[in-house]
Amino acid sequence: MKTKVSQILSLGALALSANFGTAQAADATVKVGVLHSLSGTMAISETSLRDILLFTFDEINAQGGVLGKKIEPVIVDGASNWPLFAEKAKQLLEQDKVAVTFGCWTSVSRKSVLPVYEKNNGLLFYPVQYEGEEESQNVAYTAEAVNQQATPAVDYYLAEGKKKFYLLGSDYVYPQTTNLVLLEYLLSKGVKLENIGGGFRKDDSGKIISAGKYTPFGHTDYQQIVAEIKQFAASGNACVISTLNGDTNVPFFKEYAASGLTAETCPVVSFSISEDEFRGLPAKQLVGQLGCWTYFQSINTPANKKFVAGFQAWLKKTSVPGVVKEGRVTCSPMVLSYVGVYLWKAAVEKAGSFEIDKVRAAYKSGLSFDGPAGKVTTQKNMHVTKNVFIGETKADGQFKIVKSFENVYGEPWLKGKF
Amino acid sequence: MTPTTYRRLELGALTSTAILLVAIIPWLHANGTISNFTIGVWGKYLCYALLAISVDLLWGYTGLLSLGQALFFTLGGYMHGMYLMRMIGDLGQYKKPLPDFLVFLGWERLPAFWEPFASFPFALSMVFLLPGIIAYIFGFLAFRSRIKGVYFSILTQALTYAASIMFFRNNLLLGGNNGFTDFKFILGYNLAAPATSRALFIATAMAVLLAYVFCRWLSQTKFGLVQQAIRDGENRVLFSGYATAHFKLFVFVVAALIAAVGGALYTPQVGIINPGEMQADKSLEAVVWVAVGGRGTLLGPIIGAITINALKSWATRAYPDLWLILLGGLFIIVVLFLPGGIVSLPTRLRSAWQIFRAAPPPSPASSPKPPLT
Repeated sequence: MKTKVSQILSLGALALSANFGTAQAADATVKVGVLHSLSGTMAISETSLRDILLFTFDEINAQGGVLGKKIEPVIVDGASNWPLFAEKAKQLLEQDKVAVTFGCWTSVSRKSVLPVYEKNNGLLFYPVQYEGEEESQNVAYTAEAVNQQATPAVDYYLAEGKKKFYLLGSDYVYPQTTNLVLLEYLLSKGVKLENIGGGFRKDDSGKIISAGKYTPFGHTDYQQIVAEIKQFAASGNACVISTLNGDTNVPFFKEYAASGLTAETCPVVSFSISEDEFRGLPAKQLVGQLGCWTYFQSINTPANKKFVAGFQAWLKKTSVPGVVKEGRVTCSPMVLSYVGVYLWKAAVEKAGSFEIDKVRAAYKSGLSFDGPAGKVTTQKNMHVTKNVFIGETKADGQFKIVKSFENVYGEPWLKGKF
Repeated sequence: MTPTTYRRLELGALTSTAILLVAIIPWLHANGTISNFTIGVWGKYLCYALLAISVDLLWGYTGLLSLGQALFFTLGGYMHGMYLMRMIGDLGQYKKPLPDFLVFLGWERLPAFWEPFASFPFALSMVFLLPGIIAYIFGFLAFRSRIKGVYFSILTQALTYAASIMFFRNNLLLGGNNGFTDFKFILGYNLAAPATSRALFIATAMAVLLAYVFCRWLSQTKFGLVQQAIRDGENRVLFSGYATAHFKLFVFVVAALIAAVGGALYTPQVGIINPGEMQADKSLEAVVWVAVGGRGTLLGPIIGAITINALKSWATRAYPDLWLILLGGLFIIVVLFLPGGIVSLPTRLRSAWQIFRAAPPPSPASSPKPPLT
């Protein structure tokens, strides 16, 4: 029985020492957290962000670092597990004492770590398009707000003469909110309620509380929904606005093509499919369909060419384990991660300090950075002003840019604005 | 070792563990030796230990491999989470008296079923009632139909899968994919305060100790003997005149309640509860903890849950690229070389030592002395 007790004690001691055993950073470096899922369902998207962040840190370190200090990344794996995200965030802030964290992809992971950042007064840079309705002083949202993706796409469709809009999404907060905002926006543009497809859900008083058609994650049977869209589009001038997420896009677009609907008869704009997704999705069925982001790899500027070439060169020579080297592309979340690091660097340099309060004040004062997609400017509300692009999918998984909007202000609070 | 000395030793070990968990660790935390982070993650491991005990009570002691225990854990978490959501008051993102996600979905009044959750006693009773009732109904149907073995496992897995799909839906008005988060207060205390984390840790430690003592006691009663007899040969028990379905139903409900308490304590300590916790793989993970720790012992699942989760916490920081291989390797090693789990390690080492000692030609000098312990 003694062994049992000593077993518990030694086990406890082991784990405690593991928790305590984080080495002190040398003075010449600054610790920066990287909090993404490197395993689990989100790994396919999020490892790309880890890669681009490591590339950015190397680029900055080669130029002398931040305030003379080299960036020392502390990489943790959130493992697509939301409570683990909160634990890892706590670890980064309370034990590693990182100066800043770059991380999260899903809204739920951000919601999970948000209280941790607020409690410890940390700073998180969040790079992926999201639903808005949030403005934490501890999160720098380089992500696209709804008005930097969804409403410009509607503007484009309206200019193309579209009159009927079908809303379709995966059932979680980002599509739900985006579609409610779009509903208001479409009505304000004079689109009639009966020309908005996907259905509505009303509360007792008759107020619409949910617009559009929703399918669960991993849904595969789109036959009925596509039939409904076909009927909806029969009268012409119709389009689909899709916030479907991840894998579900494959069966949807397969069914869509099989039913005879095309980009000519009824185009689909998707907000969750970027170049990086086409590493796993077949692009063929999507040719001609639209995407809307604040960056496309096909942007034809010297700055973007330099960025893409730099990343490819880094991929070739990097020895970081787990980095896929073949067939890599760049996409909007990656560029917003990249831009985030530079904006943080600019804020630190302006503040002359790594202290969160000073860095935040500097960040809010309106810093600019000329990134691969043009100029990006920080705003008082922790969001950024940036350019928005609409692109047509090509067979090779790239986008042909058909329209761009310059300097779009990032606005998280859109409900009731139109 | 005579049964009385064994019992005395066990009591001693239990008391010292209790003192360590309920007094020494909290005291070290209060004076700053143990950080907030550490006490938080250890509180989480202990919640997982409760889930593991619940799996073991079914699998190790009754022979019912439930692949859906995480459902009851999560339901307990949700019931407590609803109370915690109400306690946020108007401090959410929208500064409205409704939980954020309801404002999000356009609700202006609180749905009726949310009303009573402002009361802690009500939420606490729901922590027991909801998982208990679901376990009772499911168990009643399954055991009455004499569903056994792999069919029972598949059904439990299907149950938790179905529930997760239901909870992912925003229309259920329980937060959909995001679930509940951003908790502020519990019983009027600030959840961000170190003293609150400490109190929650102590409560969790006490729950684990109570669950251990209860299961230990149960396994020695006549009930417990029948329970283990069901595991070893259900038909014989049945033909001896015992209504095995009733025994199994009781154990199933008790196990669900233990898991639910674990979940209820888990929610405030990790700060989020969402349907991801009741997805199929979570229940499988809990089975792995039990297998690694040692099934059919009560200490085994506790050790398994804590070891694996501590290892996971450490490895996702130290080896973010390799930790899955590390854990996977551990599972394979345990299955291949330690079928009895980590708790069987001392006995195994002892017998290996005895074989080693016995190997040289026997000399009268080395009379059998108890090695180790």
